[in-house]
Amino acid sequence: MPQSATANILTVLDTDFKGIIEEWLGTQVKEGVKRSDLFSDAESRNQNRELLKAFSKGVRDGVTGEDFDFDDNQWDDLRAVLADVSRERVNRGVTPTEMATFVLALKTPLFKRLEAMLDSDHGVLIRDVMLVTRLVDAFAIYTNEIFILEREQIIDRQRQEMLELSTPVVELWDRVLTLPLIGTLDSARAQEVMENLLQTILERQAEVVIMDITGVGTVDTQVAQHLLRAAAAVRLMGAECIISGISPMIAQTMVQLGIDVGTVSTRSSIRTALSDALLTVGYVIKKTEGQ
Amino acid sequence: MAGVTSINLVEHALLVSIQDDITDTEILELQDRLSTKISENRVDGVILDISALEIVDTFVGRVIAQLAGISRLLAADTYVVGMRPTVAVTLVELGMYLPEIRTALSLTHALAQLRRV
Amino acid sequence: MPSPSYAAFDEKDLGAQVLLSQYKLRTSGDAVTVRQAVARYMKEHGATALSVTRFATAVSEIARNAIVHAGGGEFSIYVDPRAKQLTVVCWDKGPGIEDVELALTDGYTSGGGLGRGLGGAKRLAKIFEIRTAIGGGTSVLMSVNL
Repeated sequence: MPQSATANILTVLDTDFKGIIEEWLGTQVKEGVKRSDLFSDAESRNQNRELLKAFSKGVRDGVTGEDFDFDDNQWDDLRAVLADVSRERVNRGVTPTEMATFVLALKTPLFKRLEAMLDSDHGVLIRDVMLVTRLVDAFAIYTNEIFILEREQIIDRQRQEMLELSTPVVELWDRVLTLPLIGTLDSARAQEVMENLLQTILERQAEVVIMDITGVGTVDTQVAQHLLRAAAAVRLMGAECIISGISPMIAQTMVQLGIDVGTVSTRSSIRTALSDALLTVGYVIKKTEGQ
Repeated sequence: MAGVTSINLVEHALLVSIQDDITDTEILELQDRLSTKISENRVDGVILDISALEIVDTFVGRVIAQLAGISRLLAADTYVVGMRPTVAVTLVELGMYLPEIRTALSLTHALAQLRRV
Repeated sequence: MPSPSYAAFDEKDLGAQVLLSQYKLRTSGDAVTVRQAVARYMKEHGATALSVTRFATAVSEIARNAIVHAGGGEFSIYVDPRAKQLTVVCWDKGPGIEDVELALTDGYTSGGGLGRGLGGAKRLAKIFEIRTAIGGGTSVLMSVNL
């Protein structure tokens, strides 16, 4: 009888480490999850080797009796390697199912070797197979979690990038900025827009800001509130704020909602807003002679 | 204590630079001193430079608004200049829009506006 | 008759937070000291300028409340380096707040103020807790992520 529950599994891992990797790769091919289109053979082999090495280390140090917890320090290595591998795979477009199947494919090579080693002792074989199943399943579930986390981070980053993309502050002329707002204006975005705008006012020493809402679909009470707050903050910093692009439709809604724009100047088109803004900073738009 | 805040006469305006460590007591004293100075010097405006202020809370905001009211009664305009973006966002969030004050980007801008009046 | 009391914030509320510094609040200068201490710590630990201004403003409001309405109090700064969180507790032995809900409403004032102080602090701090008893004082806890 082996002393610990993991003794046989460790023996299998130690005696035929290379063979297991090759067979694991083979199973991945058979399951159709090797993705030779995304990773070269050398890359795949290398990822498998690193994962199996970290997995073995975890099995050696991180299993007490038949219990283990992937959050323990003994599994640090595996978590670290997994994070790297997942990041790479997410970036190259591997699906969560493929990723889980990829890990689960490790069972077959391990089962086969345990069976060959313990064919006379079915009791121990069943116990070891059960432990391997639990270990590899946990490994796969954990992989999935990391994989999803990694994807969420990418989505978050993209959302952040889109936020920045969709709220450009444009310098129209010396000391005149414009902020063309497009789409919807929720609280998170309004905050982002406001901070960005105020910072640019400071950097460019802008005296007039045109917030153009031509591209904003609907103006409800909340959107109007965000606009007026931004306008108030612009004024507090010492710049003038003009809201342009108020369509007849939006004007009607705003009146029906009882929204009072107070001292904020409003214009129907960005054209008039621009000529007013230029006038404020001391310029006039003039038609050239003979045109 | 309130000596740390200097009041200087520039053109026809009183220029006040408020330091970040000003206390409630000092800012009330400043309000007193300023009111006296406005009537003594017959100025057209008061320019409060708050670019050094990391925060403007409801108390300081209220004192500034009152100062604007006092100077208007004494026929002078109050300009607040140099408010930081973070302070502007925070004040708006506190619901303090300070409609009674005039604002300008900097001392130069405020002086230019006062000359126009 | 025993003096009215309430459960002030203790280790349970503070979890893994470590006491960083403690201040007496007596004069309006002390309010400046505590808000500047909070701002300095936040800046040293990489908080954004906006986050510093918002939280320091909230600190200024509650510190003033303790000084003006309760004749002074104590102010403690705690940090949880692991959770990257800074917590402040402002404690006083003042008259307490009769109607907390009302005190947190914009526009309500117990005397002279604009009545945006406490409600404003709550909005700026996000994590904001208040415990009070009539005649037993008031404790305010606020946290910010670093």
